[in-house]
Order: sequence, then C-alpha cells, then structure tokens
Amino acid sequence: MLYREAGQFKTTYAADQQVFPIRQDRIGVIALLVVAFVGVPLFASEYWFSAILIPFLIFALAALGLNVLTGYAGQLSLGSAAFMAVGAYAAYNFQLRVEGIPILVSFICAGLTAAGVGILFGLPSLRIKGFYLAVATLAAQFFIVWCLTKFPWLSNNSSSGVISTQRLIIFGYELTTPVEKYLLVLSIVVVLAMAAKNLVRSATGRAWMAVRDMDVAASVIGIKLMPTKLLAFAVSSFYCGVAGALYAFCYLGSVEPDGFSLDMSFKILFMIIIGGVGSIMGSFLGAAFILLLPIFLDVALPFVAELFGLPFSSATVSHIQITVFGALIMFFLIVEPHGLARLWQIAKEKLRLWPFPH
Amino acid sequence: MSKKIGDVILDLQNISLRFGGVKALTDISFDVRQHEIRAIIGPNGAGKSSMLNVINGVYHPQEGKIFWHGNERKRMEPHMAAQQNIARTFQNIALFKGMSVLDNIMTGRITKMKANFIEHALWFGRARKEELEHRQKVEEVIDFLEIQHIRKTPVGRLPYGLQKRVELGRALAAEPSMLLLDEPMAGMNVEEKQDMCRFILDVNDQFGTTIVLIEHDMGVVMDISDRVVVLDYGKKIGDGVPDEVKNNEDVIKAYLGAGH
Repeated sequence: MLYREAGQFKTTYAADQQVFPIRQDRIGVIALLVVAFVGVPLFASEYWFSAILIPFLIFALAALGLNVLTGYAGQLSLGSAAFMAVGAYAAYNFQLRVEGIPILVSFICAGLTAAGVGILFGLPSLRIKGFYLAVATLAAQFFIVWCLTKFPWLSNNSSSGVISTQRLIIFGYELTTPVEKYLLVLSIVVVLAMAAKNLVRSATGRAWMAVRDMDVAASVIGIKLMPTKLLAFAVSSFYCGVAGALYAFCYLGSVEPDGFSLDMSFKILFMIIIGGVGSIMGSFLGAAFILLLPIFLDVALPFVAELFGLPFSSATVSHIQITVFGALIMFFLIVEPHGLARLWQIAKEKLRLWPFPH
Repeated sequence: MSKKIGDVILDLQNISLRFGGVKALTDISFDVRQHEIRAIIGPNGAGKSSMLNVINGVYHPQEGKIFWHGNERKRMEPHMAAQQNIARTFQNIALFKGMSVLDNIMTGRITKMKANFIEHALWFGRARKEELEHRQKVEEVIDFLEIQHIRKTPVGRLPYGLQKRVELGRALAAEPSMLLLDEPMAGMNVEEKQDMCRFILDVNDQFGTTIVLIEHDMGVVMDISDRVVVLDYGKKIGDGVPDEVKNNEDVIKAYLGAGH
C-alpha cells in the first residue's frame, strides 16, 4: 500500500532518468545507507563484522565486477578469483616497493593492475564466445595462481607465496578494529557500486548490453566491438582487483595464491546467477545469499537432525551444503534465470498495483 | 510525384560475392539516388539480404566497386557504415532484447555521444548533458512512431509488429542519410503494414532520407518505391520503375516459373 508512485509526476527528463525515480525507493536506499554506516557499527558484534559483514561486502564487490562482464557485456568469465589475486598481490607490492604510497592509492593501482591483466586475458573474447571464452578465462585462473607461486619476487620471497599485508593507515590514522575496517570497505563498495550503476545506465552500459544481446546489430549501429568488450574486461577486473586487495588487507590479513582458487571463481559466478545476472542489486543479494546460507545450514542442520534422531557429523553438514547449492543453482537456472533481483522486481511491480489485479 | 530525386549517392559496380563455392551475388550493378525509395525484390535465396550486407559492410564482396557519394569505398567494417550515416533494420528482428524501448532507441544514437566511460561512471560533465540532449531527440523519434506508451517496456515483451517499429526507431535515431530496411513488413497484418508504409513514406518525405528496401509484398513495393531492382539466383534480372519491372519477361518468369 505504501509503495505507490501515484502523484509523482516527472516534468523533466533529468527527473525521469535519475537512478531511483520512485520516491519510496530513494527513501529506502537512504535508510539502508544510514543503517549500514551508523546503525550497524553501533550494534553489531565483532564476530559479525569480521566473519560476515566484511566478507559479504568484499564478495559483493567481486560479484559486481563479474556482473559487469557477464551480466551486462555478456562475456562469461571463470577467472574472477585470479583477478582478485592480482589485486591482492599488486596492492601488497605497491605498499612494499613504493615509498610512502597511501593505502587508498595502492588499492586503486591494484585495481588498475588487475584491469591490465584483465584486458590481456580478455583478448580471446574478440574471436570466441560462450563456453570457449570461459575456457580461455579458465587459463587466466590457473596461469595467475601459478605465476604467483612460481615467482618469489611477487610475494617478497616468502615461502609458498604467502603474504602478510601491511598496516592500514589512512591519513595518519591506523585502522585496526573490525568496525573501522568495515567502514572502509563499506565506503569503497558504496562508491564503486554507484559508479557501476552510472556506467550501466549510460551509453557505456548500453553499448555493453547491445554487444551482449545482438553483436551484429550492435556493430551495424556503430559500436566498435573490440574496445567495448575490452573495456568490460578492464572495468570488471578493476572491481575484482579492488575486491582482492580488500580481501587481503581488510579481511584475512594474510593470503596465499592457492586461496584464490577456481572454487572461489565459481562461488562468485554462483553469486551472480542466484542474485541476478545483469543487476547491480543482484550482486549484493547473491553475495549475501551464498555467504549466509552455509552459516544458516550450520545452525539449522544439527537441529533438524536431532529432531529426527539422525546420526550427524560435520562432514555431513558440508556435503549437504554442496547439495543444497547445486540444487539451488539448478532451480534458479530453470525457474528464474534472472535471480533474486528479478523476484524482488516482480514483487515491487505487484506491490505498486496491490490490491488491484491490473 | 512531387518530390525531387537527387544525384546518385550509392553506386554499386559489378559486385560479386562468394561463400566458398556458393555464389551469392554475381556481377550486380545498380545505383541509388538521393531521396528515392529503392526496392530490392526477388524470390527466396535471390541474394537480397546479402546485397544489403554488402552495402553496410557486414560482407565484403570479392569483386566489384562501391562508390559512396562519388568516392570509392575501400576497406569497410560494419561500424563504419554508421559513421557514413547508413542505418538499417534486420529481417529477423535484431533488437537488444534485455533493454527497454527507450534504451534501444538511445543506443541508436551512440555514435553521436562523445563522453568517455570515466565521465559516465562519475555521471559528470558531458555524460550528464548528453544523456538529456539525446533523450530529447529520442523522444522525437518515439513521438514520430507513436510508441509513447511503451517507452519503458522491455522489448522482449512487445508484440512482433511493435518490435519492428522499435527497430525502425533505433535506425531513425541515428538520423541516417540512407536507411536500409530488410523486410520491414514481413509477418505483419494489413493494418500494421499500412502503418509501416506510412512511416516509411513520412521518413522519406519529412527527413529526406534515402531508403533501400527489401520486401515481398508486391502491392507495397509497387506502390511506394520509385525504382525496383529484381534479383534471382544472385543475378540482376530487372531494374527500373515499378511498371517497367512488372512487365519484364524475366521477372515474370522468375516469380511464376517458366513453361506455363
């Protein structure tokens, strides 16, 4: 009932083209931001920050990156974790080797490094599509992890490529507590998410979607396929790279190349499939879903087992988790290929008319 | 006819196109004059669509020369056609299914937008200004085609006839000097065909756009086109004003078959 746009007339194109044309949406987003920036730091516990909220934001950022590439530009990639690894190791090396570089600048440089690597591995997309491109990006996944293990220089000669990140100092203030790290991650994610939203609603985003939906028609209209696809790879890898740097610096504190495995790439891919391919919000929903589901199952499964008096071990929990994930992904691919974001959109459309059928 | 037909703007000379051993087009020559409606007709598989693909650079003919405004065209890529102000629609609708009508038509103006992706990301400067300016132009196209009520609808949800109209809109948004239409009326009912004819004639008349058209509905072709080229098995068998073509022996044979 409250979600109505009746009486909200648009008299200029600017008003019609804003990100959230409906007033209730604007209020909702502002409320959400206030809760995230003010409410959550006041009430959440340390466990929530370091085990749930920070990884959620970081993976949402990586999923956002992959969504730009796969959801908007239509180029399937299995190398997201590798681009995160590039970001993590690049940020570490910039901190290590460039005297007095501010941490935020090294995060940006890490993103740019990942973007460069992304362009390189995006070159095959000019000739191949779909599954074959996925295989080409799979090469990125294995090659980059191999590189980071093989060349000790990249991890400053540490054994098996493990790096421990430097201290987080911003404008002379050191961030040590989870709350501070959470606020840093949140700020970066909010800024980058807004930039992504602007990109996809502009001519750049339209060019990506045109290439995704019908590349011949796109080129006839005057879109140059090569720069468009490579830009998508660059932007996507930039996001993954920044996510990787945050993953190392704000979440784990010490990472190894094997941590950025194919499993992680798949996890990010599942996030966008479940959350919504081609949706900014879907990236967040998917990340939340994939990260919270295991925690939920951890809590719920022993309880259910006890209810039915079944024997139970922690191995069973992880097996069931995998089964549930597989089933959910099949469910979404068949029933709702556009994911949670589409369900949310349908709910909103229904709500606008409720209680009337039309 | 009151309208003024101008000089030759597109001149195709001895075009031959092969795919391996298959000859799609053999030694075809014809020209298109400014401001005319030029139809290309012929039975299925005659090479009509290939001809359009040659004109806008999707296919590269092995032999022959193409002159655009008097200059010979050498290397040609599809996106260069857009820069030369040639727009087209496709036989099987080639809209961007995941985007709204508005976004589809906005995409038609993409070559006219100059802001780079960093400006887009920051929604700053030219990005913001262009988005509004071009929206204005796009709304004019939407008004012209009478599709105001569906501007926010994803094109995948629209019925066939409207999709065809949106595709015409996307081509018109580029303000082309030449418009290539590949069977704009295929699969339409009489009413939709009438609308489409009206739009084509209006575009030709109001904007002075030159139109090259492939169409199977002979009534429509003979009514609206100024000159007609007839292809059969990749060869040109007739060329001239509709009445001339209608009475051409070879054309009648190609359509009705020989030996009756």
